[in-house]
Order: sequence, then C-alpha cells, then structure tokens
Amino acid sequence: MSKATASLPRTIGAHAILLTYTIIALFPVFVVVINSFKSRQAIFQQPLTPPTPKTFDLIGYTTVFGQGDFFLYFQNSMIVTVVSLFFVLLFGAMAAFALSEYRFRGNTLMGLYLALGIMIPIRLGTVAILQLMVASGLVNTLTALILVYTAQGLPLAIFILSEFMKGVSDDLKNAGRIDGLSEYTIFFRLVLPLVRPAMATVAVFTMIPIWNDLWFPLILAPSEATKTVTLGAQIFLGQFVTNWNAILAALSLAILPVLVLYLIFSRQLIRGITSGAVK
Amino acid sequence: MGSLKIENVKKSFGPVDVLKGIDLDVKDGEFVVFVGPSGCGKSTLLRVIAGLEDATSGRVLIDSQDVTATPPAKRGIAMVFQTYALYPHLTVRDNMALGLKQAGEPAAEIEKRITAASTMLSLEPYLKRRPAELSGGQRQRVAIGRALVREPKLFLFDEPLSNLDAALRVNTRLEIAQLHRRLKATMIYVTHDQVEAMTLADKIVVLNAGRIEQIGAPMELYHSPANEFVAGFIGSPKMNFVDGARLGESVKTVGVRPEHLTVDPKAGSWKGTVVHTEHLGADTNVYLDCEKAGLITVRIFGVYDAEPGSTLYATPDAARTYRFDADGKTVK
Repeated sequence: MSKATASLPRTIGAHAILLTYTIIALFPVFVVVINSFKSRQAIFQQPLTPPTPKTFDLIGYTTVFGQGDFFLYFQNSMIVTVVSLFFVLLFGAMAAFALSEYRFRGNTLMGLYLALGIMIPIRLGTVAILQLMVASGLVNTLTALILVYTAQGLPLAIFILSEFMKGVSDDLKNAGRIDGLSEYTIFFRLVLPLVRPAMATVAVFTMIPIWNDLWFPLILAPSEATKTVTLGAQIFLGQFVTNWNAILAALSLAILPVLVLYLIFSRQLIRGITSGAVK
Repeated sequence: MGSLKIENVKKSFGPVDVLKGIDLDVKDGEFVVFVGPSGCGKSTLLRVIAGLEDATSGRVLIDSQDVTATPPAKRGIAMVFQTYALYPHLTVRDNMALGLKQAGEPAAEIEKRITAASTMLSLEPYLKRRPAELSGGQRQRVAIGRALVREPKLFLFDEPLSNLDAALRVNTRLEIAQLHRRLKATMIYVTHDQVEAMTLADKIVVLNAGRIEQIGAPMELYHSPANEFVAGFIGSPKMNFVDGARLGESVKTVGVRPEHLTVDPKAGSWKGTVVHTEHLGADTNVYLDCEKAGLITVRIFGVYDAEPGSTLYATPDAARTYRFDADGKTVK
C-alpha cells in the first residue's frame, strides 16, 4: 500500500475485520480437525481445546482406515469430481463460445434456456432422474453421478464463461481465421488460454458442491463399490450410536483432496476475480 | 496478381442495412483507402472482402475469381488489425509462421520469408519475444510482418494506426507507404482519418451510410468533390457551408474551404466578428461570426493576430468556391 493511502488506525481496522471474518469462517473446520485427533471422552469434555499428550488419540483414523473401504470411497469421489469438472468445463466453454461468437436464430433464447438451470434446483427433478437412471440401467454406477453433476454444473459455467468470451478480442479470432486456423483450433488455442481465470473460477464453484454432495450418491449410487466419501462417512452415523472419532477423521481427510484442487485453481481464481478491476 | 472487383455487395444485420450496394474495381498494385465517418460500413466492407462476414447479396472477385463462398484463409489475403491481434502465447517468429505452417509451406521457405520480412521491418532483435514484451509500435510492425510473410494478393488494413500515439502514427504511416512502393502489392486500407487517406492513397473511396459517395485520387476529391458530403469530409479544417439564399445565390448551399478565404480588417465581402483564434504556428485558424455567412472558419498561413470581438472582413476566392444543389450534388 502506498504511504498516501495508508493510515495506521484504518489499517488496523481493516485487518481486525478481516481476521475476525477469517476466524469465524475457519472455526468449524478447526474444531473438526482438532477433535479428530482426540479420544472420544476428550471430544465431549473439552470440545474446544486442542489435543494434549493426554487426550491425543488416533482412534478415529484407525477406525476409518480399518473399517469400510475408504480408499475406494476417496477414489470414487475423486473420479466423479474430476470427470464431472472436466465435462462441465469442456461443454460449458464450448457452449459459451458458440453463444458469444456466432449469430444464429434463437441465440438469446438458447442462452436463456441454458442459464435456466441456475434458477431451478436440479434436486427438484430427483424422481425423474432416478427413473431415467433405472430405465437406462445406470443406477449404482459412477457414470450416473457424473452425468447428473455435469448437468448441474453447466448452467453457471455457460453463464460465466459466455460473458468472459464476449470480452475476447474479435480481431484475434479473425486473425486466426485468416491464418487458416479451424474454429476448433481458435477455440482451444486462442480463446481458452485467454479465459483461463474464468475457467478456474467456474472450476472451483463447480467442484465444491460436487465433492460435498450427499443427495445424489445416496439416491443414485449407494452401493458399496460406488460410495463417495461423504456417503461413506455416513456408516459411522447411527440412529442410536454415532462414532464421532471416525466421522471427524473422515471429514478431516475429505478436506485434503479438495484443498489440493483448490490450491491448483486458486492462483488463476484470484486473477479471475480481479480481472475486471485491474488490467 | 492482386486485382479486386466488388459487384453490388449488400450486407444487412437483421433489419439494418449496413452496405446498400457497393460496386468497386481495384487494379493490381493500387493503394485504395476506404474513408468515412463511424458506422458508414467501411470496416464491414473490408470484412466482406476478407471473408470474415458473408455478403447478403453480391459478389467479390479477387483476380477475376469469384471468392464469395471461399473461406478467408483460401482467398490469398492478409489482414492487419487495429488491435494488432497477435497470438499472445506465441513468439514473434511463431506469430509470423503460423499462417504458413497451416498452409503447409516447407520449413525452409517459412524461414526465408520470416528473415526477409523481419529484415524489412527491423524486427530481428525481437523474434524470440512474446507480444506482451513489445511496445505498441513494435506489435503493429509484427502484425504487418505476419501479413508480409503470407505474400498475399491483397493486403487489408483495418485502421492499423488508430491505437498508436501521434508521433508513432506518422512513422508507421511512412513505413506503410514505403512498403507499398517496394512491394507494389495491392493494398486496401480502412481509416476514419482523412489525413491518412490523403497521404497514403492512390485512390480514395469515400463511404457514407453504406453507399460510396465518390471514388477518386486524393487531389481529385479535394479539387472537385462530387457532393457536399465529400467536400465536407475531405480537407481540414472542414469546408464552410453557407446557405445560398442568404448570399443571394440560386443554389442551395455555397461551400468554400477555410484556406480559400482571405481576411482584411477594412474591406471585403463578408463582414464578421472574431469569435476565437487558434494559433498552430505554421498557420492560424480564425473563427468568424459573419452577418451574411454565419459562423465560418478561415485558415491563414503564418501567424495572424486577431483579438476576439474585433471586426474582420472575409473574402472567398471566387475560382475555388463550390455550389451544391438541393440534393447536395455539386453544381458545375
């Protein structure tokens, strides 16, 4: 910050507000993580204190790795998230390119139709989706989840990306056409690299709800072979007894992959958020 | 190699007619400038020639071959854009090479042409850089280089100097003029700046509202404009137009260029009050509010002092006064 705009009280104020918000936002995560390293008794007696040598216990993690096939669940979650993300970004970007680049009859209507999904929650169609999956024999497959999540992610992706693609210079695309590049090459080689920050934004917004979703795995793919992490963690939730150590450990572990994906996208994401403001 | 013929080209975007029937002949080796105000359709016409827009009706012929349905890359053209439009992820060399690689030219030939073009435009030190590491003038030279290496039948320039600062604009203008003389290639150049048009063109096409107003050599347009629009558009400051009735003439409008008026503090045909003077050093623009002619501009060569509020008489050069009828056509 430059000297002209910085004043000590204002700087302190700004940091205080931001720090408070950070603490509030991170507190639940912090509680989950510290309690996952504690014994059952300690979780209930002092839920807010970090593990001490006396209360430190890895029972939760040993339960998670001992019981159920957690590596498989992680793998399932990872496959579903990454593949859905790939399709959302690919199809979303392609549709956005077509909507922003080509003039054709019904362009605006098509754009509105594709954006409709932002306003109507996909869960309203659960029964129909289930019937569809049963009829097509896709129940208890990861394909079912990938299809549903791709459909769920597309509207927002198209909406955000088409705005960004309108901002890509027409001259650049035309230069490509004169140089003999095909429309696909123009899309993949010229336009996509320029909207990378927007792609990262869409990736993060799409990825987190998919990773955290319990609804569709529970309904469409509850079999042992296709369980995702969030669904897998449910085996420790009983009607009468709940294994809190295991649940907290499973949740702590579930943060890791999504955190890694987030870190991959985040550098691009920050550029995406600020791209309008700073040239 | 490199003639262009446009036959009755029309272009509409929905209900809006942007081009209302354009006919044009460009001979091999000519430098033709399309000039006109914003929204007159000059850029659209260039895009139709390039094949980036499809004409609603009409034909485009390059070297007597109908290319109306040919994609841009196969038309034998190269285009330089206002925003340079360089590929940001490629080096200067790759930017120039891309089109040739797409066309399947052998590597040795590509190398030869890049060397020739970069020597001509003094781009050798920058071949390994990316566009982001270049200044605006350098970027535009790369864009010109990218057009050069294609050895096209037609060069198309879409306001290539608009994004450059004034000093660089003059330099680049000079370079383009020299390039044309050296290559003897056919060039079509779009601009809204009449100075660029006058200095570069062999032939100027003045467009207005989707129609061609007049085609001619720069001096032809200056000395014998076909109508009021061309008379007003060519020349700076703009020609003075005076209502014919107020001067007791039978025509609708009388036009006289600011440089074809003389002033005198004592006597002359139009008595007026000085509103404002602009001192440019080499010449002085005096704005006069005349009783008979209304507000007019007089361009005086050299320095001339006139206090705002003082009285001056302006006299038009009778031999260089233009008369226009009610349709705006020049009356001979």
